[in-house]
Amino acid sequence: MDVIPDWFQRLYESTGLNFTVFYDSYDFQRYLNGLKTTLFLGISTILVSLVIGAVGALLQSGPSRTLRGLVNGYVVLFRNTPPLVQIFFFYFGLGTLLPAAESASGLREPILNNVQWAIISLSLFAGAFNVEIFRSGIEAVPKTTVEAAESLGYTRLKAYLFIILPLALRICLPALNNNLINLLKTTTLAYAIAVPETLYAVKQIWSESQNVFEMMCVLLATYGILVGVLVWIMHRWERALRIPGYGR
Amino acid sequence: MAGTAPPAWTPAKPIVQLVDVHKSFGTVEVLKGISLDVRKGEVICIIGPSGSGKSTLIRCINALVPVTSGTIRVEGIEVADPKLDKLALRRKVGMVFQQYNLFPHKTALQNVMMAPIHVLGQDRREVEERARALMRKVRLAGKEDSYPGELSGGQQQRVAIARSLAMRPDVMLFDEVTAALDPETVKEVLVTIRELAEDGMTCLLVTHEMNFARDVADHIYFTDRGVIVEHGPPSTFFTAAQDERTRRFLSQVL
Repeated sequence: MDVIPDWFQRLYESTGLNFTVFYDSYDFQRYLNGLKTTLFLGISTILVSLVIGAVGALLQSGPSRTLRGLVNGYVVLFRNTPPLVQIFFFYFGLGTLLPAAESASGLREPILNNVQWAIISLSLFAGAFNVEIFRSGIEAVPKTTVEAAESLGYTRLKAYLFIILPLALRICLPALNNNLINLLKTTTLAYAIAVPETLYAVKQIWSESQNVFEMMCVLLATYGILVGVLVWIMHRWERALRIPGYGR
Repeated sequence: MAGTAPPAWTPAKPIVQLVDVHKSFGTVEVLKGISLDVRKGEVICIIGPSGSGKSTLIRCINALVPVTSGTIRVEGIEVADPKLDKLALRRKVGMVFQQYNLFPHKTALQNVMMAPIHVLGQDRREVEERARALMRKVRLAGKEDSYPGELSGGQQQRVAIARSLAMRPDVMLFDEVTAALDPETVKEVLVTIRELAEDGMTCLLVTHEMNFARDVADHIYFTDRGVIVEHGPPSTFFTAAQDERTRRFLSQVL
């Protein structure tokens, strides 16, 4: 029944390669929880950063000078600074400025925990790139197509939602792929504020079991597979969005 | 169709009225005082050499291009009014472009259905019925599920006409709609427009199709360098042009 644990147990005994996660249920559980946290971080930051990108690009092409300036300022700020510094800024900088509640035992309980700060910070980081990526797609939509929508009575917002964004998305999808892959890998930075994601969990395991090399292999394989799955999903999405007779 | 147009002296209110319209792009004045009327059921053709401001003129009418001075009225709506309700205007005015400008990510039928649903909030089933009827009207029954990229230029242009008609406009603007088409497909689009005109649709066309203008138009305007040089019904326009510029243009294109 327990083929895999037995095999890894024997591997350890015969070669000294110690993959604790595959035969020790406690380590396996830690690893699995880390994986779950990584998936939660990855999915939520991808979704939030996509919304930020779409809304930002709409405002950036909008009539309001103030909003355009704000979006541009946001993009510059988050694109020109390191994501790790941003995470520290939010968690240690802003996090301590915000009011906090007190738990029953008298401990300080901030209104946002480290996982939430990581999601906010990483979403804003990737969102800044998504704004620029969406903008490149929007600028490639022919002006005449937008005019056709206008002359049919579409407002700016409706034209954006039903015509410009669907077309822009198809154009910028390859660039978007790259950024979302980077975002998934950048979630490891949440390690720095003790978010128990995969890197954090694996680090705990190797400090206790002294199996750095083995756990490194597990870690690299994990992210290799995670990114592989994301790429596969994005390619399927790309195929699903392909328009017969359009482009290639 | 010619019979439905009221004689020029009747006080019948025009559907579209332009009075002394000027338009400049930077320092270049493209329209230098254009005045013209379009009455209900009329077919008006605007002809003239390229660069004479024909397309700008037609684009001013549905506010795609703001005018510099002068007034444009469409069914009582002041187009140059800064507080213009663009949606109200564009419900009344349909526009068909030289490059069709269909939405490439939607099928032909969806292209026709989109605006009535998104803009007017009409019932999807009722709109679909109407859209299918329009597809038959432009002789594209069977092409409902094709994407624009799978259709020929002439077919795309007829979808574009159906898309405009689905909004039930009072007047249709055609901006050189056959200029990008093969000679063989020009005819199928012109037949569609001619049928529209025969149904009583008010049409304003910028065109290079002189034979079409002669056959279908109630009134022809000749523009050159931003002004209307000459206008008249086709019977006199093509045979007894007064102005030297008109005569030279006609001798080149006829």
